[in-house]
Amino acid sequence: MADPATDPAPERVDVLVVGAGPAGLGAARAARAAGARVVLLDSSDQVGGQYWRHLPPERTSARESTLHHGWERFTALREALSTDEGCRVVTGAQVWAADRGDDGPPVVHAVVGPADGTDRTTRAYAATSVVLATGAHERTLPFPGWDLPGVFSGGAAQALAKGERVAVGRRVLVAGAGPFLLPVAASLVRTGAGVAGIVEASRWGRITRGWGTRPWELLPARTKVGELGGYLRDLAAHRIPYRAGAGVVAAHGRDRVESVTVADLDADWRPVPGTERRHDVDAVCVSHGFVPRVELALSSGCATADDGSVRVDDEQRTTVPGVFAAGEVTGIGGADLSLAEGEVAGLVAAGALPGPGLLRRRATYRAFAARLHAAHGIRPGWTQWVDDTTIVCRCEEVSAGELRRSAELTCSRGLRSLKLTTRAGLGICQGRTCGRSVEDLLERSLGPAGLLDRGRVSRRPLAAPVRMGEIARAVPPLVHLATPAPSGPVPGEESP
Amino acid sequence: MIPRRPGPQAPAARGPAAVPAATDPVRPRESAPLTLLVDGAPVRGVQGQTVAGVLLADGQLSWRRTSRHGKPRGVFCGIGACFDCLVVVNGVRDVRACQRRAQDGDVVERQDDPRGGGTRGGTGPSPAASDDGAGGARG
Ligand SMILES: Cc1cc2nc3c(=O)[nH]c(=O)nc-3n(C[C@H](O)[C@H](O)[C@H](O)COP(=O)(O)OP(=O)(O)OC[C@H]3O[C@@H](n4cnc5c(N)ncnc54)[C@H](O)[C@@H]3O)c2cc1C
Ligand code: FES
Repeated sequence: MADPATDPAPERVDVLVVGAGPAGLGAARAARAAGARVVLLDSSDQVGGQYWRHLPPERTSARESTLHHGWERFTALREALSTDEGCRVVTGAQVWAADRGDDGPPVVHAVVGPADGTDRTTRAYAATSVVLATGAHERTLPFPGWDLPGVFSGGAAQALAKGERVAVGRRVLVAGAGPFLLPVAASLVRTGAGVAGIVEASRWGRITRGWGTRPWELLPARTKVGELGGYLRDLAAHRIPYRAGAGVVAAHGRDRVESVTVADLDADWRPVPGTERRHDVDAVCVSHGFVPRVELALSSGCATADDGSVRVDDEQRTTVPGVFAAGEVTGIGGADLSLAEGEVAGLVAAGALPGPGLLRRRATYRAFAARLHAAHGIRPGWTQWVDDTTIVCRCEEVSAGELRRSAELTCSRGLRSLKLTTRAGLGICQGRTCGRSVEDLLERSLGPAGLLDRGRVSRRPLAAPVRMGEIARAVPPLVHLATPAPSGPVPGEESP
Repeated sequence: MIPRRPGPQAPAARGPAAVPAATDPVRPRESAPLTLLVDGAPVRGVQGQTVAGVLLADGQLSWRRTSRHGKPRGVFCGIGACFDCLVVVNGVRDVRACQRRAQDGDVVERQDDPRGGGTRGGTGPSPAASDDGAGGARG
């Protein structure tokens, strides 16, 4: 066990990169190219992030590229970083706090070891520049029955296919919004599942307006367009039906999904009465979008934009000197944009300047991202498919009806007090899964006055739950406090 | 109690499944077998799988009951964000099955937490309280 009194001072590095997805890998490589000494942290025990999630070293395959785009680019990056003495890649490193500095980068605290273990090593880093590349997690809107086993996020199906070679079901429906549904279906097919269909919430009119306007602007992004085209050919080859303007509005079953109801949606994603159809499936993968993982940026003091993503300037600087952000933490735009932003952040963090080619590449993929939002961004009508019995907060099992009644009874417009009354968003996931949906539903029941403190859900004091004993080891005790030391065993430590 | 699914010997017509090696276009390298003790029963997997990977490949879809309504839960997000997949591993509670690599001989217990009642499962600590209500360590 580490003794807090003798724990070393934070390690000094030039550039600390948090997150080893496309953005973090790009940042680390670029910062190295500019001569900085780099430490790259990721909580996963492998690098690659969500996009390049892959098989573990015990189960490698020469054909892994069948599940990936840009696989060679990834393996080249990984190889370059792992053989570079000026870059230390620390995997299994869960960053749980960023101690805000005085107008400078934070001290970053991590625990290193098996996920959710009890005797992980604590580390702290004091860097000249910090690049936050923590990515995003998925947003699945609640619907009746979404808490049944057999309902998965799209990313779960992806992660299990790419990292485990497990299919989430035998007959699977893929639903939600956005081009991400396509690779989910493609991975399921390559993992032996039957895909019953893809159901996209946005209607064709909106999709063609979003993607089809001024198509020549997409020309520079043709690799991305080609990637999507490949998925579409795949769907056709496997005769997978694609339906726009519809959504899963309920899942049914006793202890697991046995069927789902799909209904047509109007332009605002309101279900159209009388259009409901049942489909027998044993799994459904639902993804409506992504939410940036901004906890560390917020505790570092970085400002966020209206959509909740971290605000950055043209050189990927956040509002805190020495703190940069890149990739989906700054807005949702796909892996190519993340990689380009990461490279810009890494260069500038190391004191170099990005070249015009790189900036053009970033601009190209930014335009792509704007179209994504125009064509597939979440529309407010979804709250209509939620009934009073629908569980909204999965952890604390708070229903939409309970949320609404609390808002009415307490006449409260404060998200914080409503959360404390209902416990919605206060469970172990800290509102990551339901937070935005809780806000949306409360706004709907509060009417035009709205919430006083919208956006509050992303504020979490800890970026990840850690065990009390591990924190105790990382934070030196306040010796001058007159409180007696606790006599029992410290939680998280073995009893003597 | 959540009914056990039949093992891989008797493939279930429904539910999660590992892609059979013979038909897998990716064909991962064969890795050493491992055995987890899940609520006392051996469940076989291979090195490199997560605990959730072993359970899903065994055809199990859920392995936990919720506190309030006793509803079954398994994997939802698959990336460590939702905490639906919690299990007790070697006596330590609140381990995300989708994030923890399985080790041969790991003792896995279901983590059912009836609210206000006794706790079923191991004795380890809970992750630090960190919500608005409990006044976290930092702000
Ligand atoms: C589950 C999931 C699956 C996806 N699959 C695809 C796909 O197949 N195709 C596609 O086009 N897009 C996919 N996406 C979209 C994808 O997020 C982006 O295209 C791309 O991966 C973004 O790159 P990034 O580097 O910004 O973030 P990410 O790839 O998400 O990388 C962020 C990294 O930061 C790490 N991290 C976060 N917080 C911490 C912390 N506190 N401490 C330590 N490490 C931390 C994470 O472990 C992760 O590895 C997926 C998204 C999700 C959520
Ligand atoms: S399935 Fe969401 S944390 Fe494991």
